[in-house]
Amino acid sequence: MKTSQDPMTPNLFQVQRIRRELADTFTLELTAESNNEFPFLPGQFNMIYLFGSGEVPISISGDPAQPNRLIHTIRAVGSVTEGLKSCKSGDMLGIRGPFGSAWPVEQATGQDIVIITGGIGLAPLRPAIYHLLANRQRYGKIVILYGARTPADILFRKELERWRSRFDISVEVTVDQAVSNWSGRVGVVPKLINRADFAPEETTALICGPEIMMRFSVKALQERGVKEDHIYVSMERNMKCAIGFCGHCQLGSQFVCKDGPVFPYSQISSAFRIREL
Amino acid sequence: MVSVEGIDRMISEHPFFSGMEPGYQAMIAGCASNQSFEAGQYLIREGDNADHFYLIRHGAVAIEVHTQGQTSVTLETLHEGDVLGWSWLVPPYHWLFDARAIQLTRVIAIDAACLREKAEADHSLGYELYSRIMPVMSERLSAARLRLLDLYGSPRKGQ
Repeated sequence: MKTSQDPMTPNLFQVQRIRRELADTFTLELTAESNNEFPFLPGQFNMIYLFGSGEVPISISGDPAQPNRLIHTIRAVGSVTEGLKSCKSGDMLGIRGPFGSAWPVEQATGQDIVIITGGIGLAPLRPAIYHLLANRQRYGKIVILYGARTPADILFRKELERWRSRFDISVEVTVDQAVSNWSGRVGVVPKLINRADFAPEETTALICGPEIMMRFSVKALQERGVKEDHIYVSMERNMKCAIGFCGHCQLGSQFVCKDGPVFPYSQISSAFRIREL
Repeated sequence: MVSVEGIDRMISEHPFFSGMEPGYQAMIAGCASNQSFEAGQYLIREGDNADHFYLIRHGAVAIEVHTQGQTSVTLETLHEGDVLGWSWLVPPYHWLFDARAIQLTRVIAIDAACLREKAEADHSLGYELYSRIMPVMSERLSAARLRLLDLYGSPRKGQ
């Protein structure tokens, strides 16, 4: 149940906890001042309003089965997100949402699932991973391929280790740069796709990360034979109103805030090829 | 530890040589041996003669470059099914980087001089070898270029 009917009016949420994830990345745990639950679908985002500073679109990174806690994982890259990084327990924030399309976790029932992600792109996919693991028996093979800049930049490291220790999913992590004390993989994420264990003709792929990484990952998936309309990508643009009015996030004929952020690749493949977009 | 037992089968099963005409596989097997390296052991040292190349059967190898007084940097890791080394194809046949086993690694080692000689005598074999190595080189060059972009580095100033 949404706490406000007007999508332009923020609802008050209180910061319960802030956890540092990486040097520039942190997670906020929020609860509604109204104590209402906050249901959302994996892949959706909120507009977070830091009073006196501004509003930013941030994907929800928590567990959709726990709607009493709203979790956002944020990278501090500008004035608003730097301000959010300085939040303390008890601070109040404005939240509008949830907005946008979701990862097709229901539609993908019975399929093998390949999750391809890099950097902070793991955060918008984490709710989908929680859902897949909570409903493990409904899916075929589950493969998570994650890339980070260095071993120190691996997001949700402990969770990745926990998922990796399960016998019913496959998790591969690779980094772009490392020194010799790192015993894991060094290389790019798309390279992991060639050797991953899944049945291409029965696979749904969920991709979130830098657009170049997504482009090369789509290419690698297509080379393996995954159908274009079974590949989903999460796009990032400059979302402002979040309801398709202002046009700031327009991508070709689509509004990323309203039609996305999760798109079937077949729906936006032409936009991927237009350099000016 | 070196062994030649079952080398024909190992070569035919390795992805790098999969689908190759059995006659060529047999020629390659004549230049091949089965080797294993403990974690931490070097397969290749920068500047040494590139007198072998390796097909990884199990394990993992880090391609490294060292700078005096600093910890070696890992450029890439190679795994089961990968091929390690192409300096054996490029005169003056010296390794450009180090390669270190990061876990117990089993490989098929191929004597480069032996294979170069066979490829020189049979250009069809040479063509077959190059047409398998070129895609690997292309893929690794493409991956190296992607990494130059520093995809996950700090984005331009945002919100």
